[in-house]
Amino acid sequence: MPSHLILLVIQRLALGVLLLLASSVLIFAGTQILPGDVAQAVLGQSATPEAIANLRTEMGLNEPAVSRYLKWLFGAVQGDFGTALTNGADIGTSISKRLGNTLFLAFWAAVISVPLAILLGLIAVRFRNRWPDRLISAMSLATISVPEFVIGYVFMFFVAVKLRWVPSVSMINDSMSLMQKLQSIALPVIVLTFVVLAHMMRMTRAAILNVMESPYIETAELKGLSRFAVITKHALPNSVAPIVNVVMLNLAYLVVGVVVVEVIFVYPGMGQYLVDHVAKRDIPVVQAAGLIFASVYILLNMAADIIGIVANPRLRHPK
Amino acid sequence: MSDKLHNYVWKFTSKKLSRRSVLARASALAMFAAVAGFSAVDSGFAAEPKKGGDFVMGLKGGESTNSLDPALSTSHVTAKALRTYGETLTEVSPDGEVIARLAESFSPRDGGKSWDFQIRKGVKFHNGQEMTAEDVLKTMQRHSDENTKSGALGIMRGIESMEVNGDTFTVHLSTPNADLPFLMSDYHLVIQPNGGLDDPGAGIATGPYKVTADEPGLRYKFEKFEDYWDDSRGHYDSVEIIVINDDTARANALQSGIVHAINLVSPKTAKLMARNPAVKIETTSGKGHYIFVMHVDTPPFDNKDLRMALKHAVNREELVDKVLAGYGKVGNDTPINEAYPLFDNTVPQRTFDLDKAKEYYEKSGHDGSPIILHVSDAAFAGALDAAQLFQQSANAAGIPLQLKPEPADGYWSEVWNKKPFAASYWGGRPVQDQMWSVGYLSTADWNDTRFKNAEFDAMLLEARAELDPEKRQETYGKMARLVREEGGLINPMFNQYIDGMATNVDGWATNPEGDMMNGFVAVKTWFE
Repeated sequence: MPSHLILLVIQRLALGVLLLLASSVLIFAGTQILPGDVAQAVLGQSATPEAIANLRTEMGLNEPAVSRYLKWLFGAVQGDFGTALTNGADIGTSISKRLGNTLFLAFWAAVISVPLAILLGLIAVRFRNRWPDRLISAMSLATISVPEFVIGYVFMFFVAVKLRWVPSVSMINDSMSLMQKLQSIALPVIVLTFVVLAHMMRMTRAAILNVMESPYIETAELKGLSRFAVITKHALPNSVAPIVNVVMLNLAYLVVGVVVVEVIFVYPGMGQYLVDHVAKRDIPVVQAAGLIFASVYILLNMAADIIGIVANPRLRHPK
Repeated sequence: MSDKLHNYVWKFTSKKLSRRSVLARASALAMFAAVAGFSAVDSGFAAEPKKGGDFVMGLKGGESTNSLDPALSTSHVTAKALRTYGETLTEVSPDGEVIARLAESFSPRDGGKSWDFQIRKGVKFHNGQEMTAEDVLKTMQRHSDENTKSGALGIMRGIESMEVNGDTFTVHLSTPNADLPFLMSDYHLVIQPNGGLDDPGAGIATGPYKVTADEPGLRYKFEKFEDYWDDSRGHYDSVEIIVINDDTARANALQSGIVHAINLVSPKTAKLMARNPAVKIETTSGKGHYIFVMHVDTPPFDNKDLRMALKHAVNREELVDKVLAGYGKVGNDTPINEAYPLFDNTVPQRTFDLDKAKEYYEKSGHDGSPIILHVSDAAFAGALDAAQLFQQSANAAGIPLQLKPEPADGYWSEVWNKKPFAASYWGGRPVQDQMWSVGYLSTADWNDTRFKNAEFDAMLLEARAELDPEKRQETYGKMARLVREEGGLINPMFNQYIDGMATNVDGWATNPEGDMMNGFVAVKTWFE
């Protein structure tokens, strides 16, 4: 790899770290200005003033914000997020379990949806403006337009309640085998695939069509290559950057944006965990989860950029 | 037995079952009858609990912030978990009587100023230790300590001192209280080894099931405790609670057979669900009420005529029909209904009366500026709808009622008990004394109507010390009338709890103390 390319990548990495640091400040500041009192939220309506006062002192809510930020950041870098205010559980342990579940679901949704989206995109280009293209576009637009909870409920009703092929509750735990887990998450995986498919498919189609106008494609065609070979061998490699970008965005969505799907399928992922703790003003957990979500976004986007840089022939072979 | 057969035949003729399934079930029943013989039929086998099976509940009201520490329990799911793995000194039976559990018996001294609880012998904790009166004392100390975070602190306030003599646990009160045994049934007051001082959230107590998995906000798993002292309870091999907060997902889980019981069925869908032959709907007319509260010390609500105008302007019947879909009863601007012991049913029912509302409003001399009602669905399910109906009927009486929707997030800390007119709810308490004490006594922490009335306070203390039920009932009646006339409470409706059960679960007994048989569903039911 040429040295200036390495420099570009290093620059991008440094930018990522800086961005992460900035978002950590934002997360910490943001959680400080949430309305409501933590102690009141923890104890609920049936809290007595004494109980609230006792809890506030115990939580140490009276220290200055800057020292709390530094302490928190230092701990977080070492993987120590402290303990939850509400139930005293170790945040690192709880989150790693939840994050593992979220990644498990996201992984299987990605394994199905990414290749499918790209394949459908290629087929759409191959049969551009003919019925397969139209059908693929119409179907994928329809699935992205219907809210995910509607798709979820419809599938749940027919597949789980009427046919009873898979459970309507996607609760997974350690005592289940991989096959049991996969059966359990079948419905959310299908729903998530529907949600992210259209975006990636249409970007693939648009990016490749863009390249298809280039003169070298004509050369390839004149060589006598089949239409599909032209698309996969010549057009696709040159449109990797925009496709990777949108794929990464959707992967990030699969990790951080699936609260609704988690709730309706009772999946023990990060989203519900975060929502519960926001509602109870459990600041340390909200901060930890916010930091993890921010890292996932920044990391995936950084990966997209770096792949884009490396895949760009003009950067790879400078004059 | 023949009733059951008859039932299937009826369903068949009304085309609810296919011919094949009728034959299959009829033959299964016949086979069972042959195996069980006549004795089962004679003794009515429905009353004979069967052992075994894995019971699964899908419950709303659990968060990943929950803890099994009884003191910290405020949500539906942990309350049910506590009833499943823990026990209290006393318990309120389905017909409203207080019965002894971990206390073998109890008796008052000095006119109710002191109470003796004989602690039951031979009861074991899940860790194998034997329960002693000392554990009881430590438990009560932990909940009544001034630095406690316990949700039961409010009801422990009247306790002056506690002591143990052998197997007797004695409570000394600052003023006599005839209801103390009722208070000891509170679900927070689960007896723990050493009072839970060592590890309050460990989930170790004396109940029929012991905790084997504790994943807050996700699931709890319990297994039968082999050394449990009472053979008439805890029939399942295992019990599981899955937290399903989404209403539709919970209903689907029951209908698809993944769970056997769900709580908080939405009133709008309860009747539809009941059509499913594998599901039955159980309703509990309890003490919970959906209300609007006015601060009687804040203008314009310090004007009694204006309060009366508003009280007459709410169409109670309509709210019960539309907001509760008929699953409830009209309220009478007091927090007490017939579900309470010593209820005075001679207090006249207040009805929707636009003319009276108009009359009172004119008499109040209100300047016509908007009267703001703060509301959010956090107050109760359907609060916004209820407030809109209230607004329409009030406007028809010429009262300038306006709504201010508030965010659900932070409603209990920022709006309720802060804004002078807001929607809210109460869950009810075992006895009248406690309900009045937590919400209507001048010094009450949650006096959310700012009702401060010396006459009322005096009557409350008088009734508390009175051991003669008839005299107490009379005093409670007077108090209800006083609050109904002078108070800031608009109580249009008492809601019902709606639970969904699989039809193969037997032993259901509605308990007005709370939903899911007051949380005892896993302890007292069995698979038929």
